[in-house]
Amino acid sequence: MTPILELRNVSAGYGPFHALFDVCLSVQPGEAVALLGANGVGKTTLARAATGLIVPTEGSVWVDGVDMTGVAPFRFARAGVAHAPEGRSVFATLTVEENLRLSFRQSKGRRGVGAALDQAFSQFPLLARRRPMLAGNLSGGEQRMLSMARVLVEAPRLLVADELSLGLAPIIVDEIYHDLARLRSEGTALLIVEQRISHALALCDRVVLLEHGTVIWEGPTDGAEARVVAKIFDHSAGEEPPC
Amino acid sequence: MIFASALGEDLARALLQGMPPGAVYALIAIGFVLAYKTSGVFNLAFGAQAYVSAALYFQARQEWDWGILPALLVSVFLLAPALGLILERLIFRHLRTSSSVAKLVVAIGLTVAIPSLFDVVVGFSPVAGQTPTGIIPGGANVFYQPFGVYAFSRDELMAMGLAVVAMLGLAALFRFSAIGLQMRAVVESPRMTELNGIQADRVSAFSWALSSVFAGLAGVLIAPRFNTLAAPDFFNLVVVAIAAAAVGRLMSLPRALAGGLGLGVFIALANTFLPAWAEAHPILAPIQENVAPAVPFLVLFALLVLWPAVRTTKEQADPLSGVDPPPPSLASRERSSGLTVATRVFAVVFFLTVGFVVFTRADVNWLFLITQSVILSTIFLSITVITGLAGQISLCQGTFAAIGGFTVFQLSDRYGTSALVAALIGAVVASACGALLSLPIRRLGGVWVAIATLAFAFFFDAVMVKLPWVGGGGTSLLQGTRVPRPTIGPWDLGDDKAFLVLALVVFVITSLAVIQIREGTIGRTLRALRGSELASQSIGISPARSRVLAFALSGFIAGIGGAMLSMQQENVNYTLNFSPFAALFWLVLVVSLGSRTVEGAAQAGAAYALFEAIVLRGAVFGWILRSADRIPGIFPISPKWRFIIFGLGTIQFARHPEGLVEFNTRRAHRRTEALLARLRRPGAAPPPEPDVPEAKEVVP
Repeated sequence: MTPILELRNVSAGYGPFHALFDVCLSVQPGEAVALLGANGVGKTTLARAATGLIVPTEGSVWVDGVDMTGVAPFRFARAGVAHAPEGRSVFATLTVEENLRLSFRQSKGRRGVGAALDQAFSQFPLLARRRPMLAGNLSGGEQRMLSMARVLVEAPRLLVADELSLGLAPIIVDEIYHDLARLRSEGTALLIVEQRISHALALCDRVVLLEHGTVIWEGPTDGAEARVVAKIFDHSAGEEPPC
Repeated sequence: MIFASALGEDLARALLQGMPPGAVYALIAIGFVLAYKTSGVFNLAFGAQAYVSAALYFQARQEWDWGILPALLVSVFLLAPALGLILERLIFRHLRTSSSVAKLVVAIGLTVAIPSLFDVVVGFSPVAGQTPTGIIPGGANVFYQPFGVYAFSRDELMAMGLAVVAMLGLAALFRFSAIGLQMRAVVESPRMTELNGIQADRVSAFSWALSSVFAGLAGVLIAPRFNTLAAPDFFNLVVVAIAAAAVGRLMSLPRALAGGLGLGVFIALANTFLPAWAEAHPILAPIQENVAPAVPFLVLFALLVLWPAVRTTKEQADPLSGVDPPPPSLASRERSSGLTVATRVFAVVFFLTVGFVVFTRADVNWLFLITQSVILSTIFLSITVITGLAGQISLCQGTFAAIGGFTVFQLSDRYGTSALVAALIGAVVASACGALLSLPIRRLGGVWVAIATLAFAFFFDAVMVKLPWVGGGGTSLLQGTRVPRPTIGPWDLGDDKAFLVLALVVFVITSLAVIQIREGTIGRTLRALRGSELASQSIGISPARSRVLAFALSGFIAGIGGAMLSMQQENVNYTLNFSPFAALFWLVLVVSLGSRTVEGAAQAGAAYALFEAIVLRGAVFGWILRSADRIPGIFPISPKWRFIIFGLGTIQFARHPEGLVEFNTRRAHRRTEALLARLRRPGAAPPPEPDVPEAKEVVP
């Protein structure tokens, strides 16, 4: 089966700073992959490279068997690859409704916007109450809810979710993972970048472990928690990278 | 007559009289809001864009005898959007994720370059007294007097009508259309917009085409207000209109309209009532005589300082700005110790050789230009401090320099003070002015600091220069603002070579001081504030205090430089040397070449003073061909090319924000290191260049 996303020997970074080295990774349609690792190992850089936000200095990025290396991010989005970036991922100067309109106008067309808005507000009644508010004035959890509403109404083929739980209360994190599970059940493939190991492993089929910008281990999530924890905290795993 | 009293009639007349200019301010303010909302650029080049369309319309109608419609179509609906698209593609696309301050610098560069480029390409030259015509037949000659106290011309009614229609139309565009929403989203974060599947480049191009059409239309409508079509008049109008845009915090179209009309009415009221009051109360006479011309700038400054909405405006950061690589450190910090020694040895040899040639071969003209370049380099070091180190854009460095010059003039003229002592006092006065100016604006952020300093520069230009105790008043018209050359004991620095030595000494001392500031506590404090004001405050750094210090230091350096320039030319020559427009050009030049280093300031000084003589007058060919007679016939080239080339230098700034000097220095270091490595190990493969492969271009 052709992977929906494939990174072949990707190296990437920011100007003179290299963050990823020769990384190989693939996500099959409908599969959920957890990308784990300590702070600063290159998880976010990998997520950015996977959705065109940064262009690899070496290697290539393939979506559905098509080489998308160096292609602008909007083409990734149109190919069904959605990216929920870490931190604030809403337009702070637009209202809640305008944030949703912006997404739905592109994905649903002019006539589909109204129905999509109704669907989003019925799924997230809190957002309906915040409709005219500037998104920048929402709390962190509400902003996450808004970005999830954009994704849930028009389920992408692959969602790259970067540290969705960062800075949020446990109850909100649970809600977000509940939504992700629902997305998954609808057939969306997931690449979850996370530091909350238990949440990620419970949702995903496979885990990929990064260290110093390279993949040091990958395998099924079943019973992998202890091993993953040990690998994150023990640098001398001694196993060869998988590609 | 429908008004019962004379006061009521005066009041009504002033109100109505203020509406047409108010509509013009409103049109420009709406254009500002449109550009800012759709591109994030505080578009000072609005006046330049408006001028280009107005000039082409004028040329087509007056010189080429075109009809109104074809002239309008070509100037507003063809040239203007084409210009907007070119600017977006060449410059602003690369600046989409830059700070608003960086975008402002580029807009200033375009303000300088675009009118000159148009004049040279089209062969347009404004004819004094030839008033442009509007787009309505008989626009300036047919009047309507609806209230019996003021007659509106058709042109004025057209401008007022368009301001209202534009406000409503653009508000609807932003409120109800998908493209309006996308334009606002792209300004906040082009990358996040792309993650929504929207092509940010295309949206951005549309934004620029739209705002350029608006600028063109405004230009054609505004042009009949001027007796002569000249770019600086458009720029002055733009500066006044900024006050109206500030009322709406650059975001609200209705408030921009209200601000424009309000400003027009306020100025009309001041012009109506101040003379009468001044007659009745002599105490008001000086204010009427001196302050009236500066009312718009005072209003602008007061708005910026007192309007809470402006003070609290914060630039919305792109949440995906982490994708951008961090700014590079100074090239001199990255090079090896061996290369540092070699660079310094080369610099010493180079400057000794140049010095020898200058002191033994240069004639009076070249000595004058070289001395001027050294002094300008000193003045430009003030920009290194305020912009390169403190990260503030000050558009009144020319004013600080002028304060230095005028102080020498006044002290030597009135009290016979020694010129050098007067120069030092002038620097202290300029420094105090800088510190005082920074106090009310210390809480402003981003572009507002630049605009406040611009308002100060225009206020100085409109009021202070004319005062007897500053610019000499009527005396200066007859005698000029004479400034003597200094003498130090037995040394008479009236001699050009001796004065060049003095200029070099001042430049070297100032350079060492700037390097010391950069590498010392003050420099680190300013760098910390540039990195994060919040984080700096958390470790006890006071942003306000640091800003006052930066303005004071910068004012001192500009003041001493201005005094030196006035001594060199033996006259302050305010209009030629220190006018606000000239100071804009300084900033563009220094920032394009490099505002963080002494080398950048030195090269900017040399470029400003010598480019015209060496390149545009073809002296370089004279040297190569060993005779001035052999200079090719195409020389001298129009001096406007200086503005064009340096203004368009901001295209390079868009790609290399660290400045061309830093960029080239870093590249030269890399190549030299690679060459040295090859020489040390002849058989070894050359190291990669650069050491890390560059990211590839994104394909839309």
